[in-house]
Amino acid sequence: MKIHEYQAKEILKKYGVATPKGKVAFSVEEASEVAKELGGKVWVVKAQIHAGGRGKGGGVKVAKGMPELKKYAKQILGMNLITHQTGPEGKVVKRLLIEEGIDIEKELYAGIVLDRAQSKNVFMVSTEGGMEIEKVAAESPEKILKVTIDPMTGMQPFHARQLAFGLGLEGNQFKNAVKFFMALYKAYEESDASIAEINPLVVTKQGDVLALDAKMNFDDNALYRHPEIVQFRDLEEEEPLEIEASKFGLNYIKLDGNVGCMVNGAGLAMATMDIIKLAGGDPANFLDVGGTANKETVANGFKIILSDPNVKAILINIFGGIVRCDRVAQGVIDAVKEVKVTIPIVVRLDGTNAVEGAKLLKDSGLKFSVAMNLKQAAEKVTEVLKA
Amino acid sequence: MSILLDKKTKVVVQGITGSEGSFHAMQMLEYGTNVVAGVTPGKGGQKFEKVVPIFNTVAEAVQVTKAEASAIFVPPSFAPDAILEAANAGIKLIVCITEGIPAKDMVKVYNAIKGKDVRLIGPNCPGIISPGKAKIGIMPGFIHKKGKIGVVSRSGTLTYEAVKQLSDLNIGQSTCVGIGGDPVIGSQFIDIIKLFNEDPDTEGIIMIGEIGGTAEEEAAEFIKMHVKKPVVGFIAGRTAPPGRRMGHAGAIIAGGKGTASEKIQAMKAAGIHVSESPAEIGITMKMALESRKTAKKVTKIDKSEKKSETKKITKTDKKSEPKKTTNKVKKSEVKISKDSKKKKEVKKNK
Repeated sequence: MKIHEYQAKEILKKYGVATPKGKVAFSVEEASEVAKELGGKVWVVKAQIHAGGRGKGGGVKVAKGMPELKKYAKQILGMNLITHQTGPEGKVVKRLLIEEGIDIEKELYAGIVLDRAQSKNVFMVSTEGGMEIEKVAAESPEKILKVTIDPMTGMQPFHARQLAFGLGLEGNQFKNAVKFFMALYKAYEESDASIAEINPLVVTKQGDVLALDAKMNFDDNALYRHPEIVQFRDLEEEEPLEIEASKFGLNYIKLDGNVGCMVNGAGLAMATMDIIKLAGGDPANFLDVGGTANKETVANGFKIILSDPNVKAILINIFGGIVRCDRVAQGVIDAVKEVKVTIPIVVRLDGTNAVEGAKLLKDSGLKFSVAMNLKQAAEKVTEVLKA
Repeated sequence: MSILLDKKTKVVVQGITGSEGSFHAMQMLEYGTNVVAGVTPGKGGQKFEKVVPIFNTVAEAVQVTKAEASAIFVPPSFAPDAILEAANAGIKLIVCITEGIPAKDMVKVYNAIKGKDVRLIGPNCPGIISPGKAKIGIMPGFIHKKGKIGVVSRSGTLTYEAVKQLSDLNIGQSTCVGIGGDPVIGSQFIDIIKLFNEDPDTEGIIMIGEIGGTAEEEAAEFIKMHVKKPVVGFIAGRTAPPGRRMGHAGAIIAGGKGTASEKIQAMKAAGIHVSESPAEIGITMKMALESRKTAKKVTKIDKSEKKSETKKITKTDKKSEPKKTTNKVKKSEVKISKDSKKKKEVKKNK
């Protein structure tokens, strides 16, 4: 699960991670209220969307004085912000973070992720703050310092000292950095984050170490034990069709193609998307109906797929293991009648009771294109798209 | 033979009285798995289906029944504890089917049992099957066929797909292992491929990967160095967008890493036969096996030839690949090479 920067900073503050003073604002009026509250004469106006690269896209501005603050708040609120992470369609800005201006001496980087190859968390720092860490890793990997954390003992002060010395920090900056790193790891660990990234991490002449930006994503599997994080979910940042699908327990991801698909199992669903591409189409979605594909799940699946106007054909690919294909077939027939599907449907059933399932489809009087294996299914998709 | 599991392996089912556990314990018994015990805390002393004794703890089950492998069917919040309980009781093979365990919990479990004499398969996996012998898991037994191909995969239904393709082509399997779709799993491709490589009765290996992580790349590197058996590979998720979790918690392209094209490239560089389409995994293995057989035949003929014609064979012959060329072609090559030598000499004289 993703959250906004201001929400991540709220979590971090609870764990003692230093951040600039600031608050969220939903309107220009609120923005100026927040600025007055914060005091000073320089503020930063930051667009809050679930995507990076906001600065380059014009979503982050430094305001000197109240008139500028209002100007920028008005400009950014409601704008369609396009960054390399939003895709070409962009995202509409509905929330702002107003923060005090910081006198920055150096911009650094700090991040924690799970290293899957080691099955351990890795704490990374770099002197190249403000840049994309993937770019730094590719161009100058020697500028990234990594420390692997033993899950049995957790983050220790020596890890934090190693990181702070590695960044060349001294005096108060060093002391504060050690505190910062310890607190950041605690926040990551205790909130079941899948990533905590501070970019840039800034140090000031006064020796302060602050999270100027903050990104936190969370492990969906652990959300059941974090109601405080679930309440941060912003449905406006999510695809409406995906929210709808999740209500029915369907795992749906919208894509840009023209062939919808409905599959049981995530791996087979990905492979089905790939075969649509090989057949000359483009997958319109990822949809895993899970282990219990019945009439209801299939009908709901159809409704979700068909609400995407780009869909010109549907491929249903079910491998019956525990699931019986004749039951799925009956589900498909009932659902097609109920939902009144008019575009071509290719159905491929294999595994348990596949022959009985195919017979049901053929005898239904509905126009199904029935395939008995994956190769046939691909060919039928190609045929249907040509017609 | 098979790896990890056979008819004799004594299996305990943790969570045997739950809906998933009881259903699949029954299926496993029907397939021929030697299920010797079940564990549900508080239900010790009862019997499952009037046959299998239920114990309160895994330790008790091991003590009484000498169980050596465990199948875990408990909810995600209890599964880490169940894995550790099994490991602690001396179980050597733990298969955790449970989906949805938080990564943080699995990091701890993984590192706690690492280096100990226990192998964990999963979590979030279909399990293991040695066709015709036994299964620990949720896969449909009937699509499998006893034979000599090892299958290892991160997915469930996609594995069934590949297995069905093999069985339809009359190619049987030695053992099929679903290693699971989570970011932290007990056994990686490389661990299972090592076992298949050492198993004298496994003649070929199918490896089914997907986007996310770098386990396929690491396995490819190992295969390049150590595996002589034919390996067929497939990667699901070429059309998956970056940054999105495709069903499996581990199937996500993060920070530009874990793309299908990187994995396919690594596999090709390791000499793995990559199936471009998920519909061609079986046939790709069939072709790999056949080309291996003809290659062997040619090599044999080649050796006998060398004995009789030792004198005639020139240096250039060694360079030519015995796998691809027939004897007739080779003879002509020898001639050509002699001719070219002559020509060179002529040039030198000039």
